[in-house]
Amino acid sequence: MKTQNQKGWLFVLPVLILVAFNALIPLMTVVNYSVQETFGNNLFFWQGLDWFEQVLRSERFHGALGRQAMFTGIILAVEIPLGVAIALAMPRSGPWVSVCLVLMALPLLIPWNVVGAMWNIFTLPDIGLAGYTLNTVLGIDYDMTQSPFAAWATIITMDVWHWTSLVVLLAYAGIISIPDAYYQAAKIDGASSWAVFRHIQLPKMKRVLTIAVLLRFMDSFNIYTEPFVLTGGGPGNSTTLLSIDLVKTALGQFDLGPAAAMSLIYFAVTLLVSWLFYTIMMRDEE
Amino acid sequence: MAKVTLKNLRHSYYPNPKKPEDYALKEIDLEWQDGGAYALLGPSGCGKSTLLNIISGLLQPSEGQILFDDTDVTETEPNARNIAQIFQFPVIYDTMTVYNNLAFPLRNRGVEEARVDQRVREIAEMLELDDMLDQRASGLTPDNKQKISMGRGLVRDDVNVIMFDEPLTVIDPALKWKLRSKLKELHQKVNVTMIYVTHDQTEALTFADQVVVMQDGEIVQIGTPVELFERPAHTFVGHFIGSPGMNVLPCEVRDGAAYFDGQKIALEGAIGDVAGAKTEIGVRPEFVSIASTGLKATVRKATNIGRHTVVEARVGDIKVNAVSDKDNFEPGQEIHLKFDPAKTRVYADGWIATDRAVP
Repeated sequence: MKTQNQKGWLFVLPVLILVAFNALIPLMTVVNYSVQETFGNNLFFWQGLDWFEQVLRSERFHGALGRQAMFTGIILAVEIPLGVAIALAMPRSGPWVSVCLVLMALPLLIPWNVVGAMWNIFTLPDIGLAGYTLNTVLGIDYDMTQSPFAAWATIITMDVWHWTSLVVLLAYAGIISIPDAYYQAAKIDGASSWAVFRHIQLPKMKRVLTIAVLLRFMDSFNIYTEPFVLTGGGPGNSTTLLSIDLVKTALGQFDLGPAAAMSLIYFAVTLLVSWLFYTIMMRDEE
Repeated sequence: MAKVTLKNLRHSYYPNPKKPEDYALKEIDLEWQDGGAYALLGPSGCGKSTLLNIISGLLQPSEGQILFDDTDVTETEPNARNIAQIFQFPVIYDTMTVYNNLAFPLRNRGVEEARVDQRVREIAEMLELDDMLDQRASGLTPDNKQKISMGRGLVRDDVNVIMFDEPLTVIDPALKWKLRSKLKELHQKVNVTMIYVTHDQTEALTFADQVVVMQDGEIVQIGTPVELFERPAHTFVGHFIGSPGMNVLPCEVRDGAAYFDGQKIALEGAIGDVAGAKTEIGVRPEFVSIASTGLKATVRKATNIGRHTVVEARVGDIKVNAVSDKDNFEPGQEIHLKFDPAKTRVYADGWIATDRAVP
């Protein structure tokens, strides 16, 4: 007979406490705010689901959500194929491997607000290298503070520059784990390079690419620092992504109730999309 | 189907090989008949996989030529050589069904769909894969996966040579046996030249009509399984094939006779020129009998291996194995050993140095 007791809980307790303090309690605070109205002085009035309704009906939220979806959609559509292409082009052995890997890892090491500041200066029309070249040398009117298109082009280029490396590194890890025999067999079977990619490399990269898409989805959907430093959400509202809008609501206008409701909706969307994507991708795995 | 000829083949993985040790393959000359079943046998690192990759075209030899029939294919790309290779780990295309896996090499070559279908079904039946044609290949057991990779080689009817690179490594022992006999049966059916690389003597000896034994990038002996067992041309062959391997005993050669432990040993034939060489007597345990007279020895241990007992004895400090039908041996027991003269030979620097017995 196995002796049964409740000692196991003791071992789980530290983790429970940790999770409670860094996730559960803050989250519950947000839930608390989302169903009440406050005017400060610790005065609260029950509001029910009004804030949720208000947020879900507000055009401002729809706009921010739409821009957020567009941003995430574009960067995924660029970064994933580009990352795979770079990973395929990287050498698989020899001295250049480490050179390539270090070069790839460099953008990932730069702090996010520094990335924003870098690109801000880089694209300044009068002194930035890119901004000056575009405006003065090539004669293209390019000013982030004036044109929404320029602002979008810049934040997308910046994100691609910053994060494609992550996709490259993950895809590369997937590629080099493929045994040589697969390539040799494909050669003997007379497979074209497209067939090798389609039937060998892509299936073997499926898992890491799923992870790459998930990470890039979550990160880009929650992105704040870089666009905040770069454009501050402007010009106008054109680059006000969800998290920027959230901070404006919560800290700029001090509308804590709607902001709390908005963060919960935001959180639910991120969670739902990630879960759906992962479930669909892993459906065929044993 | 083709005859395979290797001419003065040498290969080195270094760009500028100088010493003989720089070569993974040293001077290989071989001729394999059309439709034969051959095995390349040797320990890990002896160059057998290198040789296989050179034949399949995955590797370019540093020197020498490869001919299929009378065509020089040394420079030909693997897919143009019409060969098939089965690797140590089953290579299958995970996302495809078994059917599409088997059809893949044909479709890549633009074979018409009706012919593809006919060949795939034919081969699937031969390999007993016909009831899983619509399944996804990734979910199968290793032995079925390995059958698929064999099948991909067999579907092409223009195939010159099928090569196996230790194909049973990841297969369960029980299934190994089954797959091995399947292979043999397949060879009889399709009659394609097959080359089987392995370090497992049982696999090599059961599969092949002729076995090529390799060591350190060199061929030490080519022969039928019986020849390799009965008359090893090199002490390495004697030791590598057989369980336990051949007894290799230091000896002294005087006036054309060999002496071991002070006694003259009767041999298969006359000893050739062995001046200055290290001489040894080689005799398999199966040809050492326990007798009432002969070499004096002490039993160290006796192991019953079913029908026989392997007796490990010592003559002086030297270990001599014998195989006996009896099993009444005690450690420490004094016995006498007798070598069968027709199967006892002298080896000089490892190579056989006695003339063949005149029948």
